Amino acid sequence: MAPTRQIDVRGLSCPEPVLRVGDALRALGTGRLEVLLDPGTAHDNIVRIAERAGWRVTGHDEGDGLRVMLEK
Amino acid sequence: MATTSLLTTRWGPILTGAAIGVCAPLLVKLGNPGNMGVCVACFSRDIAGALGLHRAAPVQYLRPEISGLVLGALLAALLHREFRPRTGSAPLVRFVLGICAVAGALMFLGCPWRAYLRLAGGDGNAMAGIGGLAAGIALGVLFLRRGFSLGRTRPAPVAVGWIIPALMLGLLALLLWAPQVGRTPEGTPTGPVFFSTQGPGSQHAPILVAFVLALWMGYLAQRSRFCTVGAIRDLILMRDAHLFNGVLAVIGAALVTNVALGLFKPGFTAQPIAHTNTLWNFLGMTLSGLAFTLAGGCPGRQLFLAGEGDADAGMFALGVLVGAGIVHTFNAASSAAGPGPTGPAFVIAGLVVSVMIGLTMRDPQR
Repeated sequence: MAPTRQIDVRGLSCPEPVLRVGDALRALGTGRLEVLLDPGTAHDNIVRIAERAGWRVTGHDEGDGLRVMLEK
Repeated sequence: MATTSLLTTRWGPILTGAAIGVCAPLLVKLGNPGNMGVCVACFSRDIAGALGLHRAAPVQYLRPEISGLVLGALLAALLHREFRPRTGSAPLVRFVLGICAVAGALMFLGCPWRAYLRLAGGDGNAMAGIGGLAAGIALGVLFLRRGFSLGRTRPAPVAVGWIIPALMLGLLALLLWAPQVGRTPEGTPTGPVFFSTQGPGSQHAPILVAFVLALWMGYLAQRSRFCTVGAIRDLILMRDAHLFNGVLAVIGAALVTNVALGLFKPGFTAQPIAHTNTLWNFLGMTLSGLAFTLAGGCPGRQLFLAGEGDADAGMFALGVLVGAGIVHTFNAASSAAGPGPTGPAFVIAGLVVSVMIGLTMRDPQR
């Protein structure tokens, strides 16, 4: 299995989380990207954009934020 | 809670926009100024006047809609476990951006919400404002692409998240109590709190109706992440129309409601609380669009974030409030006659400051 890259976008204002994750996904092409993010807007936007680009999204609550795995 | 779950889907911004598009003309029908059912910039300006931060007599009133928007978002955030007190993302810069944004909005005479509502009321001058808004947002997108960032927030003590909601409750209390502390030599109460006896500040819907409708709009907008600046920003940045559909819903619903209520008056001249100077309508909203984009969202969105506990968005809202006071005190706000004497200088200075912020701010942890 390919190594998992990780990106932390917690605490960033809109639209920075989705921009950074979008850049990371384009750089990756295919594989696995683990994203540490805030619940709410950042989560909704990242899931929407990732799914639109064909990435499978799974995730869970980490208490101080969310940890989401994007796979393609 | 079927409606609530629908609000987090692609229908969320559309439902929120439609609600705003119906409520705003209703509030006009019930007494608010023309095409000004809800305007965050104008209403912050009225609140600044009521508190004595400027002395422009026609624009002084403690608009309960602003409190309603924040407290509606607070209610939604508490009910859905999204109340997260936080701060630390360049609060002073956000305060300055709030001042810049309102300087631009008071040149045009409206925030992005009112720009769309003016268009839906038939005011053709809104097109220059919306064009300027889009230009300012596009400029902000360029900075975002170059790596602009105001840095990260960090979790804060719960009390920090309650400061802006508490302030809003205080404003409501002042509105209901209506103390007028100052007196003329003859003993007549003068304020603060100041209340206009003529002009836009004297025109308002009944307090309870205005507050409850704003509370509802704030609730919907927090759940759906509604943002009138993010709408255009995401369209440019990611070809994503999720939020833009909400703006289309505002315009569509407001147009239909205006026609139904007999409030639709197409044309460019003699529009309510508007002027016809295309250049400065455009440039004013260019400044606003840039400042809102750098701050992460439209003035409504800043209020909803403040309701969620984002103290930095609260600093932006305070910047709008103080900035409105400064703009009126320095005769920079427009009137129906056109831009104020110092308005163009304020807009140019605001553009210079906002561009400097756009060029210099980076996330130190990136």
